[in-house]
Amino acid sequence: MTPWIIARLTFREASRKKILWAALALGVAFLAVYSIGFYLIRQDMLNSPRGGIPLVQNELANALLLAGLYAVNFLTVMMTVLTSVDTLSGEIASGTIHTLVSKPVERWQVLLGKWIGFAGLLTLYLLLMAGGVVLAVALIAGYSPPNLLAGLGLMWLNAMLLLCLSMLGGTTLSTIANGVLVFGLFGIAFVGGWIEQIGSALENQTAVNVGIVSSLILPSEALWKRAAFEMQSALTSLTGARMTPFSSVSVPSPAMIVYAGLYALLALALAVRTFQKRDL
Amino acid sequence: MMTPDSNSAIETHGLRKEFGQKVAVEDLSLSVGRGEVFGFLGANGAGKTTSVKMLLGLIRPTAGTGYLLGRPLGEAAGRARVGFLPEHFRFHDWLTAAEFLRLHAELYHIPEPVYRTRIPELLELVSLEPFAGQKLREFSKGMLQRVGLAQALLNEPDLVILDEPTSGLDPVGRLQVRDIIHGLRERGATVFLNSHLLSEVEITCDRVAFIKRGKVIQVNSLKSFMDGQLTVKVRARPLLPEVAAGLSRWGENIRVDGEQVSLTVNSEEALPQINHYLLDCGAEVYTLAPQRIALEDLFIQIVGTDGGL
Repeated sequence: MTPWIIARLTFREASRKKILWAALALGVAFLAVYSIGFYLIRQDMLNSPRGGIPLVQNELANALLLAGLYAVNFLTVMMTVLTSVDTLSGEIASGTIHTLVSKPVERWQVLLGKWIGFAGLLTLYLLLMAGGVVLAVALIAGYSPPNLLAGLGLMWLNAMLLLCLSMLGGTTLSTIANGVLVFGLFGIAFVGGWIEQIGSALENQTAVNVGIVSSLILPSEALWKRAAFEMQSALTSLTGARMTPFSSVSVPSPAMIVYAGLYALLALALAVRTFQKRDL
Repeated sequence: MMTPDSNSAIETHGLRKEFGQKVAVEDLSLSVGRGEVFGFLGANGAGKTTSVKMLLGLIRPTAGTGYLLGRPLGEAAGRARVGFLPEHFRFHDWLTAAEFLRLHAELYHIPEPVYRTRIPELLELVSLEPFAGQKLREFSKGMLQRVGLAQALLNEPDLVILDEPTSGLDPVGRLQVRDIIHGLRERGATVFLNSHLLSEVEITCDRVAFIKRGKVIQVNSLKSFMDGQLTVKVRARPLLPEVAAGLSRWGENIRVDGEQVSLTVNSEEALPQINHYLLDCGAEVYTLAPQRIALEDLFIQIVGTDGGL
């Protein structure tokens, strides 16, 4: 099973190069800071005049939970791109790839193996970070958000989307160029998402359209907006008035989610095709 | 559709590779028999590495066809019986030597019980067994080349392609590689040696191909080359002109320069006869030395001093 061998190699590389351990240690530190912060804010609120009302407590817990997950989403995106951006282009540039693909293996197996390895690593990272945030809120405030699985699933899809994109870039571009491309597209999607939110609040359809187009260029921010929408409290959804980075006014449609999934698959398929054909 | 020759380990017909406007390999037509040790010679930039990469499916030919052990170039399954040491031997340097070999054994689909015994044997063969647990990052250039060579032998290959296998090695290492190549030949494996260390090619190879601008311009059998004509230098005292002239019965192109004579003879057998003749004529023999045309001279004759660039 060649892809499995390469996936294990990718895991081992992350471990040997201390990427795994750095991510784990800093992830735990992040969760500690988050938990302490959450606890202190909650204590402060419980002492306030209306702090005893459960609805208010839940609203606060939900807002802080989404704030935590927003940070996790961003960190996962960073992790995805930083860990995978060099995996193909680096091995092609150094010539390490020659010994691998001159074996009786197909190139697509090597690429798929790397993808599986990173997908596994990032899934663990997301589970640790998002799971930690959710657990901290549940333990401290006894609150859990609605549609948790759907929300986390969308965050996971976001990581996979960027992984596929950076694998695709790695088949043709140098490491730096690939990083510039993926982060550049991510930036467009990010700012486009904001334009859409503000445009939606101001009922400016043109601004909303700009946002939708940017989501078509890369649906990563759309996935987060949808994830936040799934997990935000019923009250926020009802009023729809609050506009923070952690919740959604203009909600990406399910069609956009399907689009994102297809986008990821297409990027991966193109990566395989390009890698199969290129000279090494 | 051409069919592969079952006696050939490597067979190519008009392989060509263009990179944009640049033609790296113009027309590579080669046939390397099974069990042969084959040298591939050419100046830097003559297209040697590009040719090797096409053989291994790392680079797609622009035109032409070829077979490796009877399987079309680029077919993954065809590489199961092939070992390859790349030119720059850059490996995953965060692995230990043993882990590195294990990884590549797995990629060859070698069963675990087999590679468990095979890896220590190979580490011993390349004199790296004390470093099995050391990371490749800490290896010297020569050690990397050795572990790379071990990697190329994991599957007990029928064909080994070595791209400059001794460039990083000291004389002892080179001798070991030579022994390994001899071992492969005895086992009946084919060795394709891309090297510009001519003395080494001269010693190890059965045949050599000279390549210039990505074209095979001559294939020489080194054995016939060894058995063929040779120039002999003779220094004897006193060397009377009639004695020197008498040497003509063994060879031609006789050039006399004082007490020195050079002539071309057809076989080594002439040497003791010349010795007897000179002694019988009352001359003391100081030198009787065959001068082979070194591969180096042949290389320069064929490839030219411009290096084929």
